[in-house]
Amino acid sequence: MSAPLLQVNDLKKHFPVRGGLFSRKSNWVYAVDGVSFEVERGETLSLVGESGCGKSTVGRAILRLFDITAGQVVLDGQRIDGLSPRNLLGMRRRVQVVFQDPFSSLNPRMRVRDILAEPIRNFGLAKSSAELEARVLALMDTVRLPRDVLDRRPHEFSGGQRQRIGIARALAAEPELIVCDEAVSALDVSVKAQIVNLLQDLQREFGLALLFISHDLAIVEHMTHRVAVMYLGKIVEMAPKQTIFSAPKHPYTRALLSAVPVPEPGATRSPTVLKGDVPSPINPPSGCRFHTRCPFVFDRCRTEEPEFRLAGDGEWVACHLDALPELPGPPGDPRPVPPNSTPVE
Amino acid sequence: MTVSTTNTVPVPPGLVIAPQLPDLLATVEIRRGVLGFLRNHPVVAIGGALLLCLVLIGIFAPYLGTVDPTALAPAKRTRAPSADFWFGTDALGRDIYSRVLYGARVSLTVGLSVALLASLAGLAIGLVAGFVRWADGILMRFMDGLMSIPPILLAVALMALTRGSVGNVILAITVAEVPRVTRLVRGVVLSLREQPYVDAAIASGTRTPMIILRHILPNTLAPMLVQATYICASAMIVESILSFIGAGTPPTIPSWGNIMAEGRALWQVKPFIVFFPAAFLSVTVLAVNLVGDGLRDALDPRMAKGL
Repeated sequence: MSAPLLQVNDLKKHFPVRGGLFSRKSNWVYAVDGVSFEVERGETLSLVGESGCGKSTVGRAILRLFDITAGQVVLDGQRIDGLSPRNLLGMRRRVQVVFQDPFSSLNPRMRVRDILAEPIRNFGLAKSSAELEARVLALMDTVRLPRDVLDRRPHEFSGGQRQRIGIARALAAEPELIVCDEAVSALDVSVKAQIVNLLQDLQREFGLALLFISHDLAIVEHMTHRVAVMYLGKIVEMAPKQTIFSAPKHPYTRALLSAVPVPEPGATRSPTVLKGDVPSPINPPSGCRFHTRCPFVFDRCRTEEPEFRLAGDGEWVACHLDALPELPGPPGDPRPVPPNSTPVE
Repeated sequence: MTVSTTNTVPVPPGLVIAPQLPDLLATVEIRRGVLGFLRNHPVVAIGGALLLCLVLIGIFAPYLGTVDPTALAPAKRTRAPSADFWFGTDALGRDIYSRVLYGARVSLTVGLSVALLASLAGLAIGLVAGFVRWADGILMRFMDGLMSIPPILLAVALMALTRGSVGNVILAITVAEVPRVTRLVRGVVLSLREQPYVDAAIASGTRTPMIILRHILPNTLAPMLVQATYICASAMIVESILSFIGAGTPPTIPSWGNIMAEGRALWQVKPFIVFFPAAFLSVTVLAVNLVGDGLRDALDPRMAKGL
């Protein structure tokens, strides 16, 4: 098997907390603290977790929007975390981004035409202005926007249309990987479905890899191949979709999944409600970071950090327990399966 | 109120058809261009018209029935306003009407030049402070230091170092006003830098100079334009104050400030000497502020009225 498209090895990003007189660096926020994963060509990997767990920071680190603290980001066999701005341009073309907020992700003073032309010009993808125009028109067709709105500005569009423009801008660079940072979280349910389907179509059409950062597990289940669950700056579990949704191996994953509402009237749920709040990433707990809230905590968890180990076919988990004890409630799938239900899609 | 009768479907008895509402949207007319903008924002239009009048008065002062504003006529001193001397004469017999009209040149030149220079300097420094981390602390502490001195005091101090001339007055007031623009620009730049569309532009390979030119600058201009009008108004007042206390425009050049200063001693017996330049100053500052307020409402969508 060829090398994966994107490889992230032990990525760390610590932000200084400035405080006191003369802005001393008094502390660090351990936003991302040792994250490793791979994304294959044409694959969707979803990064899920609560707000503030560091999933967006991972996305921004891959985009090289800031310098990372430690670790490696390898794109197609080449390390990109230390590249100079001059050498970065080629890599930038291959990794693009779609942001959450369709209102602030487009410059309000630029026309759609110029927004789409910007990456094409920067990467020298069009040799003439005629080719540029052709490419811009083709992008509008690709994201299913009418061609005659090219001279409008972003405020004249709805949220879903803006997100299409954002996707078109990402596609303009002809990328191999698109980081979707909560790309559908700010949209209405119906528009959300349209955008998700569009992303899936584009993935098939162009063989795109997607790093889908989200907290919406229903959407994730619909469109992903694999899932990585983050908690306090670390990945606690990473596995193919079927495995992780049917048999989570980490107590945090189980709690997260049990919180997903079941769209079935009368379905019984036995949510695992976690106690307490997420600890501060400035002062993360010792040992396993989840031990303060884990229902199965024992002594070893408080002192020894669990290793991120292979626990089955493509399943990685960071937990001292080999198998999760059963909780009272329906066995197996943490989510109750209503009778006669069909899987999504 | 007529009920729509175009409906051919038979109406079941008892069903009430809502009367046709007036088409509210039809009255909303999209106005484009400069004239449309002025019609939508009457405050800007009024302020702009006043300001335009004053600029024209300043430019065409020699052709508006004025005499040499520095010509002395000791025999005709402190005359009250009359057909010969529309605004009267001062203690040295000079025609106040001519002096006030020529004085408009000083005020407007100072106001507009300071607004322009302070905006440009503030924009440049603000951009550097917003983009260069290590320069930010140094520049902003320096600006804080300047801001801790009242602008008038700072201008007086700077004028004390140089000769009195209109150019020096402009420079002194500019130095005093730059920190405010810098602050504003830096704040806007810092918030714009965090905008996702800037991140997206970085990800799509746009280099820093183009990021600034294409994504940061255009979105900085609106708040800066508004600030520039306030600086213009403030500069005209500071100029008058400087002239009034004798630290500004030299007495050989008539300015509203020094006309008032010369009339001060006679204020109780000959109030018209002070009244006319003061009235002109007030109207000019009012006009500039009207333009500024109107622009702020027009350019800030959150404060938009009548939309």
